[in-house]
Amino acid sequence: MSATPLLAIDSLDFSFGTRQILRGLSLRVERGEAVALLGANGSGKSTLLRLVAGLLEPAVGVITIGGSRPRAGRPEIGIAFQDARLAPWRSVARNVALPLELAGSDASLARAAVASALERLGVAHLGDSDPTTLSGGERGRVALARALVRKPELILLDEPFAALDALTRDRFDDELPELVGGAALLLVTHDIDEALLAADRVLLLGASGRIESEAPGLRRLPSTARRAALAAPEGAAQRAALYSALRDAAKGAGAANA
Amino acid sequence: MRSERVRSGGAATTLLAGLAALAVWEAAVRVTNVPQFLLPAPSAVALRFAEAWSDGTMLRHLVPTLQELVIGGAIGGAAGLLIGVALGVSGAARRIASPYLVAAQSTPLLALGPLFVIWFGPGPAAKIAICALISLFPLAISTLVAVRDADPGILELYRSLGASRLQLLFGARLPAARAGIFAGARVAATLAVVGAIVGEWLGGSAGLGVLVNLARGSLFDTPLLFATLLQIAILGVCAYAAVVVAERLASRLSR
Repeated sequence: MSATPLLAIDSLDFSFGTRQILRGLSLRVERGEAVALLGANGSGKSTLLRLVAGLLEPAVGVITIGGSRPRAGRPEIGIAFQDARLAPWRSVARNVALPLELAGSDASLARAAVASALERLGVAHLGDSDPTTLSGGERGRVALARALVRKPELILLDEPFAALDALTRDRFDDELPELVGGAALLLVTHDIDEALLAADRVLLLGASGRIESEAPGLRRLPSTARRAALAAPEGAAQRAALYSALRDAAKGAGAANA
Repeated sequence: MRSERVRSGGAATTLLAGLAALAVWEAAVRVTNVPQFLLPAPSAVALRFAEAWSDGTMLRHLVPTLQELVIGGAIGGAAGLLIGVALGVSGAARRIASPYLVAAQSTPLLALGPLFVIWFGPGPAAKIAICALISLFPLAISTLVAVRDADPGILELYRSLGASRLQLLFGARLPAARAGIFAGARVAATLAVVGAIVGEWLGGSAGLGVLVNLARGSLFDTPLLFATLLQIAILGVCAYAAVVVAERLASRLSR
């Protein structure tokens, strides 16, 4: 691991009005590392992602990406949200091209990058399609293609597969490490299997507003071995431990919100 | 394939229903011998319509109405769009101005017609002003609502990608609001026709509204009155269709 992490978060506090969401949270993501952030609903996972993306300002604490402060639109960050958020008035290809278009990229380079991203996600044939005609899985793939189109160093995913059916979601979970490639990943999810399959480290964001526990993920294993490892006794024990921690965190969050 | 057949079947049924209504009207007039000045038969209206076109009467009165409609509609539409966008984007402006906008929309604007004639004279300016005012409010209100309620998820996506305020407005808010804006424009287009006709009733020497008055009053020509109403209806449908075509064009251009 390099001395300077790609993403460094130190002693972060954040509140919505009088409700404190994050309290002294610290976190590191190294270059090329995949980190999953597990947490109960309302634990502040998505808020943390928005702070990293520069969509929110921290009250206290410091976030740095590659040594500088977060700012919306930084080319080294790719982001995909829970819902695919495809603009219905743009074709699929123009949705994927959006980050490049807003950054004023050269049109021919943008076309090549869009074609490559669509190809990588296996939806090259949908480029001219109307996004409203796509299935949930296709929409998810297009949203990922848009997040990857600028070849970002850090990919932020906010429960990108939450709205998909179980089978489509499993396929995404299996493919995600390869789709992300060498980029670093911060994946927000409340799905334990998804977190273990996609990440090198799984962090649990508790009701305290801090990272409360950490477990190793299975991403480094070959794609064919990950599901088997998840089903093996060691994987099952890890799942059970995370489930128990998540349940305790959810109880804590309920008590905090009460 | 099946839906196309259903659609064409539906259109045929609509056409047949219209023709049947005309046939009933024609038969009722012939059987009851109702005087033509009270209710002319559709055949008499059609003949008078053709005659008014062939002798140039209809065209002479259509052109000024069309001019008032296009100029007034364009001014009212542009103003309504600008006001709607400004109020849709700015919460502060919305809080200050939207109660007045709703109050103005609830006022029967056509009642202001005589005032406009005093201000602008009996020429086309007063009619254009009525057209503009009557088309402004539906477009302003529908634009306000559509721009204000643009999908927050898409707006956040644009922000996350570093979109400037202008990129956010023209790239996300306005396209997201397009359906709502054009719904208002469809209402505005048909109301603009009403505005032009009412403006012409208040005075002037030419226009379809003037022709309605002439046919009813000095000419006592009820078939011409009906023929003019038919022409006004055609104009209203054309105004509506122009907005529909513009919407399709806008949709195609943004893909």
